[in-house]
Amino acid sequence: MNIALLLEMAAEAAPDRIALVCDGKRWTYGDLLAAARGAFEIIQESGVDYVALLDESSEASMIALFGAALAGVPYCPLNYRLADEDLTALLERIAPALVIGDEERVERLAGDQGHTVYAREMFTLKAQESWPEGEDREYDPGGGVAVQLFTSGTTAAPKAAILRHSNLLGYILGTVEFASADEDDAALVVVPPYHIAGISALLSSTYAGRRIVMLPSFEPEAWLKLAEGEKVTNAFVVPTMMARIIDKLGSDAKANLASLRSIAYGGGKMPREIIEKALALMPETGFTNSYGLTETSSTIALLGPDEHRDALASEDPKVRARLTSLGIPLPTVEIEIRDEDGKVLGPNEPGEIYVRGEQVSGEYKERSALDAEGWFPTRDAGYMDEDGYLFLSGRADDVIVRGGENMSPGEIEDVVLTHPAVGDACAVAIPSIEWGEAVGMAIVPREGHERPAEDDIKELVRSRLRSSRVPEKIVYVDELPYNEMGKLLRRKVKDILAD
Amino acid sequence: MKPGTRLKSAACDTEVMVIRTAGGTIECGGAPMAEVKPAEAAALSPDHSNGSLMGKRYVDADNTYELLCVKPGKGSLSVDGVALVTKDAKPLPASD
Repeated sequence: MNIALLLEMAAEAAPDRIALVCDGKRWTYGDLLAAARGAFEIIQESGVDYVALLDESSEASMIALFGAALAGVPYCPLNYRLADEDLTALLERIAPALVIGDEERVERLAGDQGHTVYAREMFTLKAQESWPEGEDREYDPGGGVAVQLFTSGTTAAPKAAILRHSNLLGYILGTVEFASADEDDAALVVVPPYHIAGISALLSSTYAGRRIVMLPSFEPEAWLKLAEGEKVTNAFVVPTMMARIIDKLGSDAKANLASLRSIAYGGGKMPREIIEKALALMPETGFTNSYGLTETSSTIALLGPDEHRDALASEDPKVRARLTSLGIPLPTVEIEIRDEDGKVLGPNEPGEIYVRGEQVSGEYKERSALDAEGWFPTRDAGYMDEDGYLFLSGRADDVIVRGGENMSPGEIEDVVLTHPAVGDACAVAIPSIEWGEAVGMAIVPREGHERPAEDDIKELVRSRLRSSRVPEKIVYVDELPYNEMGKLLRRKVKDILAD
Repeated sequence: MKPGTRLKSAACDTEVMVIRTAGGTIECGGAPMAEVKPAEAAALSPDHSNGSLMGKRYVDADNTYELLCVKPGKGSLSVDGVALVTKDAKPLPASD
């Protein structure tokens, strides 16, 4: 099983259909398959261990993904936003690689590591010219690793997560109907190429026959312009992008988004306020919350469009709360909540989220994290309600343990965020001589409001939760540290509170 | 036979990729399928000529066999003479 099959089938069924629009240039499925076969020739000839991308999204990321698959070499897109030192270390871990993108930077950082480097345009051009049409080629049967992604390393050094052809194909074949998209369907892809959502977007749209419209770097105005101009029907965004799009739409933008049937979001916690505003501003659009991890080949649970609207309209607090849930597990995976001893928990009992299924790799280059029965411990903390809706409370590693009592930062943050003068808030563990750990809190005062008094915050938490959850230390900051994907860097908040 | 193996019909244009398999004989149009097309085409059996559809997954009643049709043809798929049926993916909202 090789993921290149997805492109081969799309090209077989509709060779002249537009597959990709990037920087104003249009590529058919036939064009892309020919270029991927050309990339195979380049990769074979170079004798590398990896195909890496150090670049924004473009046609080259698609050609490299499928070309590497045909050659049986793992595709490893790198985060070009990393600092020099971190990037050098990652490049060393994949040497020798064929690196596509920032030639100058690779030369400067890793000139002695044995890489073969191509600027984007050179790679694309050579890939288009290299397919010896008519000659027989033995493409890789796809028994191995298709994609290697370095995790963002918010808590430790980046881990090399590996996704096998069988994981990615399991995900696509189980969730996408072949050629199910209409000729006019178009998906706006803005997630960076080194993120799992950036990979799965390419695979699922290709198999569905949905035109991919790439926006290499996010900017709300450009996003709206492209969505309107290309009559985009589907889009995926991370919560910070959604917030900025909503801001723009609520102020001066006059975009016609009539074609935009569906927006999926994921990659971080969506604030309730933002999704409520989005639902109000785009009444005709269906919203889908998709929850997944790199190690699970993307989505494992989702909250669909009808469930969003139902939750918003409901008087029942239990149904309303589902607006911030992760939805229900895909029919193709199993999800369990377990306690620290591995015992499976019942409804509404908080623990760690475990998942099992074909699409779940749970594998790193160094070791597999799967247990003997194939379950992957996500390190995400959460619970499932009696109807099977999954709720996320945060990373298991972020849990604050005060005097033996486990407390989820999210629960405390949600309460503090109801204070009208609080714009953003983050709770982390701080060392406590008496309790081992206690709650520390960083608060961003809301614009146009007086800074909320410490005693008010403490009283609010005491009245809504238990006194053990009352923050022992509160600091006020102008903003919280998020990475470019909207992930809150709690490690850095801990540093702020330690000062 | 390994998952991922591609099989060709001896009786028509159908090609499948094997997702799951056991010891039985995988057939199309009533004739056994193989990785290489035979020099001389087999006759299409009228009992197995409902056609195969590109992109459809075909399974047996016990789910021991699963084939993905990667090229359509006139023959229909069977294992040891028993016809396979299409497995419909549950339609999900696009999530990426």
